Amino acid sequence: MRPAGAATKGRRMATEAQGSEGGGLVFHPMDQFMVKPLFGDGAVGMFTLTNVTLWMVLAVAATFALLVLGTSKREIVPGRTQSIAELAYDFIRKMVEDVAGKDALPFFPYIMTLFMFIVFANFLGLLPMAFTTTSHIAVTAVLAMLVFVTVTVVGFVRHGAGFLSLFWVSSAPLPLRPVLALIEVISYFVRPVSHSIRLAGNMMAGHAVVKVFAAFAPMIALSVGVGILVTPLSILAITAIYALEVLVAFIQAYVFTILTCVYLRDALHPHH
Amino acid sequence: MEGDIVQMGAYIGAGLACMGMGGAAMGVGNVAGNFLAGALRNPSAAGGQTATLFIGIAFAEALGIFSFLVALLLMFAV
Repeated sequence: MRPAGAATKGRRMATEAQGSEGGGLVFHPMDQFMVKPLFGDGAVGMFTLTNVTLWMVLAVAATFALLVLGTSKREIVPGRTQSIAELAYDFIRKMVEDVAGKDALPFFPYIMTLFMFIVFANFLGLLPMAFTTTSHIAVTAVLAMLVFVTVTVVGFVRHGAGFLSLFWVSSAPLPLRPVLALIEVISYFVRPVSHSIRLAGNMMAGHAVVKVFAAFAPMIALSVGVGILVTPLSILAITAIYALEVLVAFIQAYVFTILTCVYLRDALHPHH
Repeated sequence: MEGDIVQMGAYIGAGLACMGMGGAAMGVGNVAGNFLAGALRNPSAAGGQTATLFIGIAFAEALGIFSFLVALLLMFAV
């Protein structure tokens, strides 16, 4: 992926769409995903502070505020912030125990970190004018590759060459096993791809849909005749899609973590 | 002229790629519908299977997201 190149192309298309004919979109729905430097208008380099950096830092700060500051008082009867922190902790701990098994609990801090970061990045991205860091494949690919590398290393450390029995389906008839092994190997290496694209694609698609309707909303300013019909409809649609997006933001974080647990279970118990 | 035809092909391809989303919609609907059918027959066992439900939905949905990705690549990256 080339975010910068795609963004400029998107910008060019956006200006084309506004072109001579009336009734074009006011802004391009993909404009919101452009990576811009925070200070000045220079090129985005390796260490440039961009809006991605800002919103990632905010996600980490929000996690810190909820989990560290929220539980610092350690009340016996928890207040609101402390209950939410405890709820999140119990939720993820139970997920790790149920899906990956009791011996996966040493990995609980890692999985908790993943969940809190993704859920806060998703929710902060829903704020108006915010930037959704998880809508960029560059961000989610790093998260997914970390999971992939961790799981593979854990599998080989725990089981040595026995980890390869994950690909050898011993319950299948012998002639079928090489074919299945090939399919299993391919599906194993596609995991980080689907893992990262699922999160990024969902976030990007949802936000783009909201922006498409948002671009239709000021139609009433262009022509009152069509606008009186389109504007209320699109405002209603924005509200409905936004509500759906709040749900999706949580569910995608949940799905990302639960798939991490599933992969971890495969690494800890590779025998079919 | 030649570039126009290439771009036209890319746009048509992007539209065609979106048909894959219909397949994902059917898949997700199938998973959720069957889960509900099973859950209504045995409500006591349903609670423990919500994780499986979400994993199933996630796998079915991933393929629809792939087609969306192909459409995006055709629109912005080709």
